[in-house]
Order: sequence, then C-alpha cells, then structure tokens
Amino acid sequence: MDFNADHFTLFGLPRAFRLDARMLDSRYRELQAQVHPDRFTAASDADKRLSMQWATRANEAYQALKKPLERANYLLHLAGHDVQAESNTAMPVEFLMEQMEWREATAEARAGRDHLELERLFQRLRDDLDAHYEALAGLLDDQNDHAAAAEAVRRLMFLEKLLIEIDDALASLED
Amino acid sequence: MALFQIAEPGESAAPHEHKLAIGIDLGTTNSLVATVRSGLPIVLSDEQGRPLLPSVVRYLKDGACETGYAAQAHQASDPKNTVVSVKRFMGRGIKDIAHVEAMPYDFVDAPGMLKIKTCAGVKSPVEVSADILRTLRERAESALGGELVGAVITVPAYFDDAQRQATKDAAKLAGLNVLRLLNEPTAAAIAYGLDNAAEGIYAVYDLGGGTFDISILKLTKGVFEVLSTGGDSALGGDDFDHRIFCWMLEQARPQPLSPQDARLLMTKAREAKEFLSTRNEAPIDARLASGESIDLTLPVETFASITQTLISKTLQSVKKALRDAGLKAEDIKGVVMVGGATRMPQVQRAVGEFFKQEPLTNLDPDKVVALGAATQANLLVGNHTGDDDWLLLDVIPLSLGLETMGGLVEKVIPRNSTIPVARAQEFTTFKDGQTAMAIHVVQGERELVDDCRSLARFELRGIPPMVAGAARIRVTFQVDADGLLAASAREQTTGVEAAISVKPSYGLSDDEVAGMLKDSMTHAKDDAVRRALKEAQVEAQRMIEATRAALESDSHLLAADEIVKIEAAIEKLQLTMLGDNRRHINLAMDDLGFVTQTFAQRRMDQNIKRALAGRTVEELQQEAGE
Repeated sequence: MDFNADHFTLFGLPRAFRLDARMLDSRYRELQAQVHPDRFTAASDADKRLSMQWATRANEAYQALKKPLERANYLLHLAGHDVQAESNTAMPVEFLMEQMEWREATAEARAGRDHLELERLFQRLRDDLDAHYEALAGLLDDQNDHAAAAEAVRRLMFLEKLLIEIDDALASLED
Repeated sequence: MALFQIAEPGESAAPHEHKLAIGIDLGTTNSLVATVRSGLPIVLSDEQGRPLLPSVVRYLKDGACETGYAAQAHQASDPKNTVVSVKRFMGRGIKDIAHVEAMPYDFVDAPGMLKIKTCAGVKSPVEVSADILRTLRERAESALGGELVGAVITVPAYFDDAQRQATKDAAKLAGLNVLRLLNEPTAAAIAYGLDNAAEGIYAVYDLGGGTFDISILKLTKGVFEVLSTGGDSALGGDDFDHRIFCWMLEQARPQPLSPQDARLLMTKAREAKEFLSTRNEAPIDARLASGESIDLTLPVETFASITQTLISKTLQSVKKALRDAGLKAEDIKGVVMVGGATRMPQVQRAVGEFFKQEPLTNLDPDKVVALGAATQANLLVGNHTGDDDWLLLDVIPLSLGLETMGGLVEKVIPRNSTIPVARAQEFTTFKDGQTAMAIHVVQGERELVDDCRSLARFELRGIPPMVAGAARIRVTFQVDADGLLAASAREQTTGVEAAISVKPSYGLSDDEVAGMLKDSMTHAKDDAVRRALKEAQVEAQRMIEATRAALESDSHLLAADEIVKIEAAIEKLQLTMLGDNRRHINLAMDDLGFVTQTFAQRRMDQNIKRALAGRTVEELQQEAGE
C-alpha cells in the first residue's frame, strides 16, 4: 500500500461524493485495528514509528472524508480544481443579500432571547443545507462540473458557518 | 517453573508466557495499582489488605521518605514535609495554583514547574509522584513475583501536554516502562463497557480529588471511540473540602491559623464531606493549637448550597463536551460515575437531573479507573486472546497552536482530534533578509497567547536571506498516542532543511531523568547502574521476542539474505545482552532496529492490505489462531 495514495484508495472506497458512511466507518476501524500504536507497544522503535505514521494517516483520511464539505473540497483538489476559498470571494448579490437576512434574523432572535425562533432558523438552514448537498452530489458525481461544484462549495462554507453561529446563539441562551 | 499449564476458561493454553503488566491510577487523593489475573482485573492491596494508597509523601531528614498511610498519619504534625495532592502541581507554576495561601509548603518557583522545599531537599512534583509510583511498583512486583513488562498510567483526560509529560517522566523516574498514558474516563469506560457489553453513546462523569473530566464515548462492538472530552484540571473533591473549610472560618472566626491548624481544619472539612454522603448533618469539632476550639454542625443542605457553583461549573463542561460531539443530553444512553467525589449526593442528583436518568454507579468509583487501566495494560502487552480484543480511539482535550503576530494564536490542531494526529501550517518571514524565526507553541482555546498555556519555544535558524514573505516555513505538530506533542519546523523553498524537534518546556530530557533516577537510587541504596543494565536487558529481550514473532508469522515477506542479516543481528544482540555493557546492548538494539526497518514496512503494508480486503479483525484473528 502506498502511503501517499489518496484517501479513497486508502479505504478501498470509490472516488465519489456520495459515500456509504457506514462503510467508511467500518473501513476506518479495520485499518486502525491493524496499524494503531496500541498494537505495537512491544515492537521495535521502527515499528512504533511506522505505526504512528500510519495511524495518523488513517485519522487524517477519515476526517477528510467524513464531513461532506471537506469531502467535496478534497474531491475538487484531487481533480486539480482547488476551491480557492480565500482568493475567490466573489458571490452573486442575491446570495449575499440572503446571507444578510439570515444573519439579521439570527441576531434579532438572539437579542430577544427567542429560543423557539432560533430553533426554527436552525432547522430551516439544516434543510437548506441538505438540499445544497444533494445538488452538489449531482455536480460532482453525475455532471462532473467542477467549476459549478467549486462555487457550490464556497456557498456551503458560508452556510455551514452560519449554522455554527445559530448553534452558538442557542448555546448562549442556555447558559 | 510451572509444572502444569492450566488454561483459563474460554482461552486456550497460550504458547507464550503470561506477561506481567499493571495499570496505575495516580490520583490526587489516592492511588491504586491493578492487574489482570485469571482473566479478571483486580486491585492489588498492600500487606494489610488496603487497596488504596493515599497519595501522600513525607520526606525525612535522612533523605528517605514514607508514602501512603504512614505519611498521612503525619500530615497534621509535619505539614511542611508531608506533600498531599501533589497531582495539582504537576506541570504547573505557582501562579497556576489556587489557594496557595492555605497550603503549608515552602514553594520554590522554578521555570515551568514549581518545587517544594522539604527537609530532604527541594523536590519537584515529578519526584514526589515518582515516590508514590515506586511504592505501587514495589507492591505489584512483590504481589506478582516478577519483573514487570510495563504499566499503563492514567491521567485526567483534560490534562494538557505539560501535565502529561510530567506524569510520564514521574513513571520513568519510578523505574516503570510506560506502555501508554490512558485518559481516566476512557479507562473507566473500558472497565465498565467490557463488564456490561455496553453499546451506544455513554458519558463518563469523573470527579476526582483534584480534577474533573467529562468524556463522551461511542461504544460499539470492539471499539471505544471518544467523541469529545472536556473538564477542568483544577476542580475536584478538594475544592468541596475547601468550601467547607471557608465556611468553618466564617462561622467560627478563629485567630489566623498556623500551618498545623490549617491542615487540621482541612482534614476536618474532608471528614465532614465524607460523613454527609450518608448522613443529613455533620458535627465538626476541633481543638486548635492556639487553644481555641471549633464546634459546628454542618447540615447537608448548607453543604449543597455552598458547593452549588462548583457543580454548575462541571455541568458547563458537560454541555460543552456534548456540543463538541454534536449531541444532546437525551442522546446519552448511560452516565458512568467515576471518582470518590461522585459519592456526594448533591453531585449524583445534579448529574441525574441534567441527563434525566439515574447515573450508573455499579462499579466502585474509586477502583474503576485502575481496573480499566490494568485491562488495557493486559491487552497492550499481548496477553489477550482472540475473542477479547478491542480498539481504543482517544482524542486530545485542548487545541494546539502557534503564536502569530500581535500575540494571537493560530490553531494548528483543534481540540477533540482523534490521536495520533499530525498537522502542518505554513508561515513566512516578515522582514527582508530574516534568517531566524522564533516559534512559540501554545495549548488552549483562547484567542490570545497570554490566555493559553505556553508549551515550548524554539528557534528555526539558518533560513537563507530572502525578501520578506518569500520564505515558506512549515511547522509540523505531531501528537502521539499518549497525547504528547512533538513540533518541528523546516524552510521549504530553498530545499535547505533546518528542522528541530522539541519537548515541551516542562518535560525533562532523558539525561535529566537518568540523572534523577541515579540520585533516587542512591537514596534507596540501590545500584543505579545495575538497574539501568537490567532495564536494557529486558528491553533487548522484548525486542528479540518481537522480531522472532514477526519472523515466524511473516518471513515470506523477506528474501533469504535479508533473513540471514536479521538473524545475525538477533544473535549479536543476544550475545551482547549477556555482558554488562549497557552501551553495547543499546548499539546492538539499534543495529537490529536498522536491519528490520524494511521488514517492518512490508509487514505494515501487508496488514493494511488485509484490512482493505474488507475482512473483520475477528476473521483475521481466527485465521491467525488456526
């Protein structure tokens, strides 16, 4: 096995955005069961070092594939089409307007300590995200449209951040 | 030599010898040592049949020390030389310690970690902890009748790098081979989960003498996966004592206390706390050296109200850990209570109300961590048989980062990352012709460097002069399976390699440990050289066995001449081992390590391919067992 093989090959999974999460979990565990440092406590230093490197590699690959946004990012990277999240910040005006509205609604609900409204916003955004990921899967796996997929990923980064903000607001109300 | 080989139930007579391994719970208040005997974990008691060893060390004028109950008996009469709760000082400076004023010690503030002046000299917390660990090691050696292969030492999950490093140093200083540092709640989960064949998501609420941990774990068949952890490494049962102590002072208003009286009242406070675990009020009476007397009654409701804020602090950590795991209280299938302090009824009540379920207390909260550690130690040395195998996936509790411009922290590895983990970050120079860069490694969740714990500072030199912003300096963090960090830096653009590995500033170098080991051995009238030689021999033997086992199962991965080379190296090591030159033994071990390097790689590849063939661990083991 090549240490530098891509994450999908490492787990013996097809290189695609649609992924069997249970299969990923079990492949990850099978791999860790073989390479984890706990299996090598009585081994030579060379064995121990290798084991740590492989277990580190397995963790890195698992993290990169587990979350859909990171998985999409990684697929685009493999396809030689980096998302350029930092340099390419151009967004359609209507998307930015929408973002502003979300943020205002969140801030208002937070200020008014409106727990129910925050929950509602959270759920709505979650549903929104699901639909976006569904569309992203089509762009990546069926249409092979990397440019459109990269734009979708950049939007999703905004939305995921927003979801965290709403969740933070909810947590701040609980304390 | 055993005449009969008796197989344990459910296990075939192992071809290899049972290796002696122990688990140690190095607690703030009490410490324990456990082992697995006949397939069951048991706590090893002292000659009087007492399982706990109070974590107390008293230093004597002749340089010797006493530990446990013997030391505890003098804590009121000789407070300056009797160190209690030393765990609170591990990897800490004076400014980190709460209630310093109530402590009777003569502190010396040393860089990185404080020290304590005793009549036997200045002692670092590492040395004091090593004295506790040495007592436990000796207890285990005499109970098990042989040389220990290794030990699993537990640490609070929320211990940072400095505290972990200090613990590992203490164990080395006590002459223990550390198999793994294991997080206390994870150890408890092993003891509990294996006992109950539990599946699902569990919370482990671990309130010890001086530390609080919360871990959220997913238990599936054969895997213990920590999803998140949180806590406070300076909050525990001691703080509940301290609240009672303060309440007593408020009520009785005595003259300023002498160290002896302060210690006496702290002891009374602890007794009252323990009394209230089963009763509704506790009588407190004490006669002070000043002639004053204290006569109070503490009702359980008052105790609950003066400790309310401590409990809410723990629940804040619980909420944060749940959020980090992306879970809600109702997702938790069971709550395991660990640590003597969870005996307090107000703690059990609060945790029960938070999770809306009765917490699980069916394993002794004082012993469960040691039992889990012993179980893990037994697995790590390879005593387990095919059907009782499991895998542990733990996390780091606190984010690791670097100082950037303006005293800000750039996070490199976020908290709750599964270990081992490595991450690299690139930086650049900010001045033309800059040839060196200072790198400051910190741990914590805050944005400002000053609010995080400083772990290490090192400098990368020899960067070729370039215009500002042209150099690409890659800083790599590697956290190992003990949760310990190694950092290194390298300049990328020119191909000039300047890399340095650091140990955190509180860590001791191997030479320092060797030096301290030698000192302590002189006190113990032991022969340091002999001990070190013995250790090298044990290590060499272990290495030979490991290599032989690898040859036996995987020699098909080697060409004939490679096998010859490895066997020659084994033979050479075996010969050297018989001699008494430790340096030669180490060199021969290095040689064997060198010739087996490629072999190790091929074996790892083979293992990975097997894993990828989609077969389960159980199947592979069955195969190996056939």
